[in-house]
Amino acid sequence: MRVAWAILRKDAAVEMRSREIVYTTVFFAASCVLVFAFALVREGRAMPDAAAAILWIAVAFSGTLGLGRTFERERYTDTLRALMLAPSDRPAVYVGKLLGMLVLLAIVEAALLPLIALFFAAPITASPLWLAALLAAGTLGFASVGTLFAAMLVRARSRDVLLPVLLYPITIPVIIAGVRGTAAILQPVPDEAMARFWAALLVFFDVVFVTLSLWTFEPLMTEQ
Amino acid sequence: MTRVFAPLACLAMALFAAAPAVVANAPAEATMGLVQRIFYYHVPSAMLMFVSAVVCGTASAAYLFRRSAAADRLASAAGELVVVFGLIVLATGPLWARKAWGVWWDWDARLTSSLLLWLMFAAYLLVRRYGGPGSEKLAGAMALFGMANVPFVYVSVNYWRTLHPKTSVIMTLEPGMRSAFWFCVSAFALLYALLLALRLRLEERRAEAEALFLALDE
Amino acid sequence: MALDFDRVVAEEVSRSFGRRRALSRVSMVCEAGRIVGLLGPNGAGKSTLLAVLSTLLPPSSGRVRYGSHEARTGGPAVRARIGLLGHDLYLYPDLTARENLAFFARLYGLPDAGSRVAEALRTAGLESRGDDVVSGFSRGMRQRLALERALLHGPRLLLLDEPFTGLDEASGAALVARLRGLKSDGAIVVLATHDLDLAERVLDEALVLGDGRVRATAPSGGQARERYREALRATAPSGGSAS
Repeated sequence: MRVAWAILRKDAAVEMRSREIVYTTVFFAASCVLVFAFALVREGRAMPDAAAAILWIAVAFSGTLGLGRTFERERYTDTLRALMLAPSDRPAVYVGKLLGMLVLLAIVEAALLPLIALFFAAPITASPLWLAALLAAGTLGFASVGTLFAAMLVRARSRDVLLPVLLYPITIPVIIAGVRGTAAILQPVPDEAMARFWAALLVFFDVVFVTLSLWTFEPLMTEQ
Repeated sequence: MTRVFAPLACLAMALFAAAPAVVANAPAEATMGLVQRIFYYHVPSAMLMFVSAVVCGTASAAYLFRRSAAADRLASAAGELVVVFGLIVLATGPLWARKAWGVWWDWDARLTSSLLLWLMFAAYLLVRRYGGPGSEKLAGAMALFGMANVPFVYVSVNYWRTLHPKTSVIMTLEPGMRSAFWFCVSAFALLYALLLALRLRLEERRAEAEALFLALDE
Repeated sequence: MALDFDRVVAEEVSRSFGRRRALSRVSMVCEAGRIVGLLGPNGAGKSTLLAVLSTLLPPSSGRVRYGSHEARTGGPAVRARIGLLGHDLYLYPDLTARENLAFFARLYGLPDAGSRVAEALRTAGLESRGDDVVSGFSRGMRQRLALERALLHGPRLLLLDEPFTGLDEASGAALVARLRGLKSDGAIVVLATHDLDLAERVLDEALVLGDGRVRATAPSGGQARERYREALRATAPSGGSAS
């Protein structure tokens, strides 16, 4: 935990200096919303569930971008090797990086929600707890797999394109559950039973994939 | 393995040669008629696709945790076969769907899950091929995660679908259909086993060649 | 962190990357209080051997023993006693010198981190630049900082990959003095270089590598130059083995 915390603080300090990743990722997420708005809004009216769909697509896309940038920083002077040399259990490095990703995505989501509410008249305050629960569980599921894959791709060729190629098929259940669950509570009459079902699926996904990631991090990061 | 391979290959060929006759002799299904018979190819391929995914995922786990090179060779052979049998599934599925539902593609839960499974293992092959040195491990993680993901994909796609319910076509098999079905399953299973063995043999040869190449360097 | 060792032994270490054999049956013994040099041209396997000794890279065959431990059994406890200065310097360019050192102090769970960091900055001659961002440093300044980063936790085994790169006369001499100090404190220093002049001044013994093989060993730094030439001459025409 000490190492995870140290890595999180270090990443925050680097980011505070340039704010590069936060600004570019948030701006990218906003661009996603606009691009999809032009695709899904017709005659001034959005398609049903467009708000939920665009929210999750923006999170997934900007998350992929953020993952790539974060690990590019560790690659630049090969500092990931220095982290691997630290006298701690190696999964601590994974936890530190995962926490950083969660903070980044939380910032992105905090920026996205008002935008979605504004553009699509989405009632994001109708059941805020369920919305927060779905976002938290979905983000953890996406980031847990994403952090592991981005870390192991650091030394691979064509990592920029391989990250989404690997990540999206695995996280389809997260996207489905996130979109359907969010759509259920953004309806005029929120369907909390449906939100509960999808949130439960997400939590289950989180448990399985966080465990699996912690478990495979050490063998994966040992150099070949 | 080489000794039994040729007779088994002949047997597989005979089975596949006989399959059309067996399928043609099976009783016709009342509502679907001729198109239903594609089921005899579609379902065995799908079964073997899932079997192969489990083989690939399990072997990958063994490779990651036990560092067994043999397990990695098995995983890579099985991974390719997931994609091959998946292609058969994904090609024959829409042919049937066109007749049954009137559209080429329907977001049917099973078809969609198969597509996603296929996608995960296509990604497995991509990372193996283009990941550069050390990509066997990355691919291994992909296969392991892909296998763990199967239940989530199935549940989520299923519930995603049932939001817009549609009468599903349930096939109850008559005895005549059943025997033809199992005939085709065994033909495909034999084909699968032979392809897997052949592919595995190729990988082993390749590993031997690499070892010899290194020994030459000594 | 109780684990310690006073010798590192590599036994028949081989390492291949696909078809390329980077190391071929390399054996060596490094004792506490001695500076061992790895000499050889580019691509001789020096960096690979350092990576294997640092536990980052598992050997394809053979093993490395740290006292009575191996990398797999010792795990984090062995890593806690190793310091590595790689070819890439393992510094975050967007952080200041002080922040870089403080981060690694925290990573190693060092007590009295503040005074250690201040001490390291002083030794690196960077006291006045401690709060400047590393991306503005010259190669030599980064090199000095990176060395202190690798030494921050007082490692028993110190692995240096081309530590003289980018250093001017004065810093080079300072590094030589620093290495002698570490040696008298009982550190095991393994140093990869192709700079024979500097090597002669600090090395206690030298291993000449070529094509991933040990071509020659020299008992003292002074003889390294001679052995190096012999080894290169022997390698060039026939490719025959010298060890």
